Amino acid sequence: MQDDAVLTMRGICKQFPGTKALNNVDFTLRRGEIHALMGENGAGKSTLIKVLTGVHEKDGGSIHVDGIEGEAHIHSPQDAQNAGISTVYQEITLCPNLTVAENMFIGRTEGQIVHWKDYEKKAAAILNNLGIPARPKQELSSCSLAVQQMVAIARAVDMNCKVLILDEPTSSLDEKEVEMLFGLMRDLKKRGVGIIFVTHFLEQVYAVSDRITVLRNGELVGEYLVQDLPQVELVAKMMGKDLNDMAELEQFGQKSAPGDEMVYEAERLSSSDSRPFNFRIRKGEVNGFTGLLGSGRSESVRAIFGADRVTGGRVKMHGKEVKIAKPHDAMKNGIGYLPEDRKRDGIIADLSVRDNIILAMQVMKGFFKPMRRGEMEQFADEYIKALSIKTASQDTPVGSLSGGNQQKVILARWLLTHPDYLILDEPTRGIDVGTKLEIQKLVLKLAEENMSVTFISSEIEEMLRTCSRLIVMRDRSIVGELTGDELTQAHVMKTIAGGERQ
Amino acid sequence: MSERSIGKKKSGGVGQLLIPLVALGILLLFNLIRDPGFYSIGVAVNNSGNKVLTGNIVSIIDSASELAIIAMGMTLVTAACGGQDISVGAVGTIAGSIFVKTLKAFPEVTFGTLLLAILACCAVTILFTSFNGTLVSVFKIQPMIATLILFSCGRSIAYWIVGSATPQVDSPIISAMGMTIPGIPIPTPIFGVVLVGLILAAIFRLTTLRLYTESVGVNQGAARLNGINPVGIKMLSFVILGICVAVAGIIGTSRMGQVSHKTLLIDIEMDAILAVAIGGNNLGGGRFKISGSILGAYIIQMLTTTLLAMRVDPVNIKAYKAIVIIVIVMAGSPVVKQKLTALWHRIRFGGAQAAASKGVN
Repeated sequence: MQDDAVLTMRGICKQFPGTKALNNVDFTLRRGEIHALMGENGAGKSTLIKVLTGVHEKDGGSIHVDGIEGEAHIHSPQDAQNAGISTVYQEITLCPNLTVAENMFIGRTEGQIVHWKDYEKKAAAILNNLGIPARPKQELSSCSLAVQQMVAIARAVDMNCKVLILDEPTSSLDEKEVEMLFGLMRDLKKRGVGIIFVTHFLEQVYAVSDRITVLRNGELVGEYLVQDLPQVELVAKMMGKDLNDMAELEQFGQKSAPGDEMVYEAERLSSSDSRPFNFRIRKGEVNGFTGLLGSGRSESVRAIFGADRVTGGRVKMHGKEVKIAKPHDAMKNGIGYLPEDRKRDGIIADLSVRDNIILAMQVMKGFFKPMRRGEMEQFADEYIKALSIKTASQDTPVGSLSGGNQQKVILARWLLTHPDYLILDEPTRGIDVGTKLEIQKLVLKLAEENMSVTFISSEIEEMLRTCSRLIVMRDRSIVGELTGDELTQAHVMKTIAGGERQ
Repeated sequence: MSERSIGKKKSGGVGQLLIPLVALGILLLFNLIRDPGFYSIGVAVNNSGNKVLTGNIVSIIDSASELAIIAMGMTLVTAACGGQDISVGAVGTIAGSIFVKTLKAFPEVTFGTLLLAILACCAVTILFTSFNGTLVSVFKIQPMIATLILFSCGRSIAYWIVGSATPQVDSPIISAMGMTIPGIPIPTPIFGVVLVGLILAAIFRLTTLRLYTESVGVNQGAARLNGINPVGIKMLSFVILGICVAVAGIIGTSRMGQVSHKTLLIDIEMDAILAVAIGGNNLGGGRFKISGSILGAYIIQMLTTTLLAMRVDPVNIKAYKAIVIIVIVMAGSPVVKQKLTALWHRIRFGGAQAAASKGVN
């Protein structure tokens, strides 16, 4: 154990059924440092935190905490607490209807009789000391989110913590509140607390952290000093690309040359979940939205399809102004949408493969025009063959198919409606390599047949292979648009890391 | 979810109806052994001088009519909303009050006033079930809670409508509706079930209601992303239930020749839910079979009639009924179904196959 380290994790392994969540991960936290833990979703950040806080038991490795002889045995959140490890989660886990002082001391009062007056005095001292603008007797719900967050931190700090974990603490705060929180973090740092900072806001990492540890696919990528790791390299490390190794990707199939005719145009389109953005796509064009997870790419295409509540903007299809407020409007205008979350938004698990395939077409035909059984069977057969969907029969509930085949069923559903513009949000996630390639080829083939396609994928090679134009997003805004020669990994990452906001 | 779907896939087309059919078969067999005379059908002349069919079977099919009709509507609401309307008995009584009130507004009951009364009934029940539907679909209140409101106050409303009395309607037309039409020995309510059944079958044939309802019931988020309006579909299920409740209320009232807010369609909400469940429908919504619910309704009535025929004290009937129902519902439970399927495979294909099928599950 290094002299100034308050926490040393070595060779941490954690296995979940089917996946290796953590594989031999090391992590060191020093006294009085803010250490950012970075990685895309599924990289293992939260698993590592949960192992550290005793929510999950580790399968292997060791944890040493300053002040504890030998290995620290953390089997429950209580153990973690006793070892001096405190966590403040994204969602505030305090009681909003209790006072600030009650929230700070509840569950750790001593004796049978509680003298709240004393605790209020103590609370006032701590709040004052940390410069938190809250009064002990104030009801917590009357404080702003940032202050509530800070009260949670104050509670953690007062429990004599050496390691403070902040899990996405800024996601619901505005810029001013974030500054306030950072002030508190720097203050704690001066007092020698080690802080683990988990966030997906890249700028914030650079604003406040001293060191960065990057995880990817459950493995340690490396530990870096902030000044040694430029933002663009951080993005590269998170995505698992080596900037120096920019070997050209083999091109399979030919990217289509889009026509001139605009199929879809949106001006300052916004929804309950997305900020206003401009977007258009030509006939036969394949474009993509890219950016880290949480950058707002899915929200943008959901706004196009009317999946979330549309709050503003003007939309044109084929040059004519149209109103798309709900999915049905989009479908009538020839837009299809394969959602990101196949299980939640895509398949109707209990219904048969046949019903799932014909669903969108049937809805477009209308309530009073049910398709004949023979017609349904014919369409289902046709697409089961065309996309080689592996299913026992048409009557098999789609929920019992494999992920890749479920995805093909949803693809079939939209292809059957012959859309002018098809949105595919993560069509290749969680499916095997063979099917991935099939889907990519299909996208290019559709574009050749003059369909416009928006293709979103977390895997950048896939997008580079299929898209002729990439729209880059960061922090819910479009920060760049890449075409032609700019379509390289280096460019994409640079834009993600440092592009100007639109 | 996948466990259930796999089970369904294996049991094939009749799958869902297997348990209720077996239950009905056992009941029929039991009565045959107990007393073959149970099935005798006779012809008698009733008070109005009409020839009518008599016998336990006729009485079972006749008296289950209201239950069967409401169970049909309940199936749709269950499928779309994943919950049940427990106010159907109360709203049915309101329907009865409106029916009597409208008929009483005219000096004589004619086919014209009858039609008017039926329409008024339907309009009012649709209004009430739409109230439930709005709470469930728009305000997303759990169906049980939303319909608890009318469950509690519906019968009082029915009482107020008829001016705090138990008014009677005495007319050959009404008794023909509640009992038999002169010249036709089959009890009229049975035609009511057939009519409602045929109308629903026609709706399923001429519209996409089944697909939409099942989609909304299984995954309403996905249904919405495919252009289906879940609120509309849930409302529609309540409107159809409203019509079913009106018909049941009218039959019940005609049968008695009066509307009694205390006894009309009493406890029918629970029997209706039970009929839906016995019919193998998932009370959590999704795929459904109306025929199963109808079968369920007749099973419940058959059980009651059998127990009565065995001279069980009416006070104790409910307890005996409960025991039989536990058995039926348990037999239809996913756990038992899976065990039975595994057992069946072992008997039919031998050990290796059974082990393999276990692996799949």
